[in-house]
Amino acid sequence: MSIKKLKKDIFVHFIDNLIRTVKVIGVQAKGERFDYGLLASAKDLRLDYDVTLQPPKKYFLPPVETLVTYEVGDGYSSQYDCEQFVLIGVHPYDMVAINQLDELFRQDNVDSHYFARRDNATIVACDVVNPSKNVFASSMGTATVKNGYDVLLTDIGDSYLAEAATEKGENLLAKAAGAEEANKEDLNKRQQVWDKNEAGLNKHQLQCKVTDLPRLLGRAYNHPVWEEKAKTCFNCGSCNMVCPTCYCFDIQDDVGWDFITGKRQRAWDGCLLDGFTKVAGGHEFRKKRADRFRHRLYRKGKYVPEKIGGQIACVGCGRCIDACLPDIANPVNVYNRLVADLGVK
Amino acid sequence: MAICQRCAAEKDIYLPRLVTLEKKRLMNPTEMYIRLSFDESEPFDFIPGQFVEVSVAGIGEAPITVSSSPTQKGYFELVVRRIGNVTNAIHRLRIGDKVGIRGPFGQGTYPTEEAKGRNIVFICGGIGLVPQRSFVNYILDNRADYGELTVILGTKCMAQRFFHSELDAWSHRNDIKFMETVDEANDCWLGNVGVVTTLIPKIEAELRSALVFICGPPIMYKFVLLALNEAKVPHENIFLNLERKMKCGAGKCGHCQINNFYVCIDGPVFRFSDLSIAPEAI
Repeated sequence: MSIKKLKKDIFVHFIDNLIRTVKVIGVQAKGERFDYGLLASAKDLRLDYDVTLQPPKKYFLPPVETLVTYEVGDGYSSQYDCEQFVLIGVHPYDMVAINQLDELFRQDNVDSHYFARRDNATIVACDVVNPSKNVFASSMGTATVKNGYDVLLTDIGDSYLAEAATEKGENLLAKAAGAEEANKEDLNKRQQVWDKNEAGLNKHQLQCKVTDLPRLLGRAYNHPVWEEKAKTCFNCGSCNMVCPTCYCFDIQDDVGWDFITGKRQRAWDGCLLDGFTKVAGGHEFRKKRADRFRHRLYRKGKYVPEKIGGQIACVGCGRCIDACLPDIANPVNVYNRLVADLGVK
Repeated sequence: MAICQRCAAEKDIYLPRLVTLEKKRLMNPTEMYIRLSFDESEPFDFIPGQFVEVSVAGIGEAPITVSSSPTQKGYFELVVRRIGNVTNAIHRLRIGDKVGIRGPFGQGTYPTEEAKGRNIVFICGGIGLVPQRSFVNYILDNRADYGELTVILGTKCMAQRFFHSELDAWSHRNDIKFMETVDEANDCWLGNVGVVTTLIPKIEAELRSALVFICGPPIMYKFVLLALNEAKVPHENIFLNLERKMKCGAGKCGHCQINNFYVCIDGPVFRFSDLSIAPEAI
């Protein structure tokens, strides 16, 4: 697959031309922070962003989506969102999260609604230029990414290096008029960015190897840290809502005004929310806050990794740290506490 | 919303199929028996222990374990307790209504093969009889394949008993040992009184070598497991039927997760020894 060099002015033309032919989602400023949104012009694209408010997973698993529609007495029909789009600016840690979601939505039973969107997306990832204040991707091994994207962009000063990794990516880059072949010096510059990020996206240092986490948690179930941290938890679920690897959802029926037609929708849910495990009749299986708090960190560090071949389901984006008002969500703080108390075996 | 050809051809795990409500009967103040029939051109194959998501359009879905045995063809039976929005709506359905069904779900089923040649004990509490009944009747329909069969049932009070004639038939058969008790009774009741564990010492089959299947309210598991532990039943031989809020049935939505396990794909029938790493199970 090819690696092109796009001077920044050429890149702007490339994106503006792209916007005319296909739906383009890109990272843009939102007040003093950043988020993904429909891109109207290349000048709005901010590939120098630190972190987005929401991870890009919403383009594959929207906060609310219709799965099936129905007509009372007449059965159900599947609904899909089949629009093609290009998603520009996905940071490596978010790309790793998307790769994990791909695996989780494929495993056991293929979720066709997720893959309708996923297969229609062309993902342009981009290496981090400015680290966010709480990123710890270096600790989690997600500061750079080697697969999943269609194109990977790296800012090397006056140009972007653009590596196509798939046929979709090749086709996209073929539209970049004026792109040059990358030379050895360019590749060296890219390697320098990667080296810098692999060490430097680390505002919180995990005190063990990321691969130690499942075993560490295997010995930490009754540790006092769960109660201590959860004491100030609001059960707000913000940590779930901003997490690029959280994918729990609820399914609800929404009946139309005619009481005949309606839709069955899925909406994001969160394991920290009170009532997440409540069944009809009122019994709640994880009623205690500490149990729910522990469940989230076990999912990230043990349950999901054991499901998908060892990859830790925290990618170090730091969004939950930003979002948590009582400041208890930081996974590194909890994991490090366990390392300090229990040691790594 | 226009759907592309590729998506239209996808198998949608969230799409219910329609079956017909053939029979319904209120069995006690809260339990409704329903029989659902399907078109033979699209057969509904399941293993005892599997559950379905029952849809009532406009209300939602509820996970319900199939109560009939797959040896009965052309239809399947459910027993639905009126407890939440969907189950109340199921009670209001009329004969002839089309009902949406997804499933069957669950890879953790009753071990129909492993149980062959073994003595089998079912311990049921109240509505816990419903899922167990699928495997009990499966065994009765393949009687020669299995060893001694014992079913014990504990119900809160006489008014909550159901499947009267079927239980009566079981108690008169020679190839199944059926015992039951109620927690509280008046003078009309001539049978056992007390919780279900009081029947465990009366089981004649050798417990230690039997496969034991438990289904009932959460509190029952603790006491039954304690009793089985005292009787030295190996944990590998004990199976529990666990219920959670299964929204998707496909191992995605996260609601039914018990530590590492998803009830909807790893269960709903679990081997007790596998649950030693799942303190949230009971």
